Amino acid sequence: MNINVTLLWQMVFFVIFVWFSKKFVWSFIIDAINERKTTIADGLAAAEKGQRAEEEGLKTAEQHIADAKSQASEIISKAEKHGTELVEESRTKARTEGERIVTAAQEEIQTELNKAREALRAQVGELAVDGARQILRREVDASAHADLLNRLAAKL
Amino acid sequence: MATAGTVTSSEYIRHHLTNLTFGPKADGWGIAHSAEEIAEMGFWAMHLDSMFWSIATGALFIWFFSRMAKKATSGVPSTAQGFVEMIVGFIDDNVQSSFNGKNDIVAPLALTIFCWVFMMNFMDLIPVDLIPWILDKIGIHYQKVVPSTDPNVTFGMSIGVFLLMIYYSIKVKGPGGFASELTMHPFESNNIVLKILFLPINLFLEGVGLIAKPVSHSLRLFGNMYAGEMIFILISLMFGSSIILSISGGALQFVWAVFHILVITLQAFIFMVLTVVYMDMAHSHH
Repeated sequence: MNINVTLLWQMVFFVIFVWFSKKFVWSFIIDAINERKTTIADGLAAAEKGQRAEEEGLKTAEQHIADAKSQASEIISKAEKHGTELVEESRTKARTEGERIVTAAQEEIQTELNKAREALRAQVGELAVDGARQILRREVDASAHADLLNRLAAKL
Repeated sequence: MATAGTVTSSEYIRHHLTNLTFGPKADGWGIAHSAEEIAEMGFWAMHLDSMFWSIATGALFIWFFSRMAKKATSGVPSTAQGFVEMIVGFIDDNVQSSFNGKNDIVAPLALTIFCWVFMMNFMDLIPVDLIPWILDKIGIHYQKVVPSTDPNVTFGMSIGVFLLMIYYSIKVKGPGGFASELTMHPFESNNIVLKILFLPINLFLEGVGLIAKPVSHSLRLFGNMYAGEMIFILISLMFGSSIILSISGGALQFVWAVFHILVITLQAFIFMVLTVVYMDMAHSHH
């Protein structure tokens, strides 16, 4: 257990080793560790962000689906309404058309009837004149009594 | 292994506790062949074995760690890099929790001390007679393989730490601040007369405290390792006698070695932590 010059040499090498360790070891390794630490922290943050984005995307997708569903049902109900409206409209149209046709036919019938009545009236006038002529056996001036005859015909 | 019956127990122990010493002899410089010759050499003697093993272990540490540092990647680390990073991270945690100043040297200092002291202590786990026996075959008769059982080695480190501590104390607090730290505590007074009266007492108390730091720092490590080595030597004395004693000696060696794994790690850790604490004291204002 002698204290001797070994002690001084030991101090010299102590300083050398510490210097070496500071110069060539410590900063490199601690930098690598810290860099990896930040990389991992960043990665974890990014993963969390991605997860949140995914959740949000899912939520918006659900929202879109719900929107589309409600829109579709709206469209369907609109279409149904439109359909009934169309049916109703065509029904009304058909009814009015039918009524119109019936009216027209009735009018035509009326006109025909009038015409026939007119013709009948004229023929009856002639017949009456003929009859009167035959009855009177005398010639009646048709033109002189035309006024009278027409009045008769109008009475028929 | 007591070489045959020609060596007595006390000779065996003394032989194991003698360093391979190089120094000035009567007929020029050379290696000492006996304890008396070593005593004659005085201060200029050098313990070749302590120097060799401490430098070898220190160089191994530096080689391995600097190689890892050069290849260090912040991507996926190799197993060896993971190992190195584990130690560096452990040291970094300790330094950050006990050192509050700002000094780049403290962390590498702590790393160097922890690894170096651990590896020097680790030499204790190599069977106590193995290396001396091999070296004896090639003509080297004295060999102490555990550098930390040499007070020169432990004092070399603790005085190195002590000088750094003084240096940073003066650098951080200024010569006046450092001097007042030594003379104005623990007895304080606002009276100038009392202050001067307390000055020598304070200087004595603080001076003892200051000097005690490197002494206790190194002797703690030295004492533990010396005692541990001593027990290995004492147990190995049993190998010389009967078979039963030899076998139980082997078992005891194993048990003590297992226990010693804890001791060497703990001592390296304590040496490192004390270094950090002393450096923190140097940087902190009262």
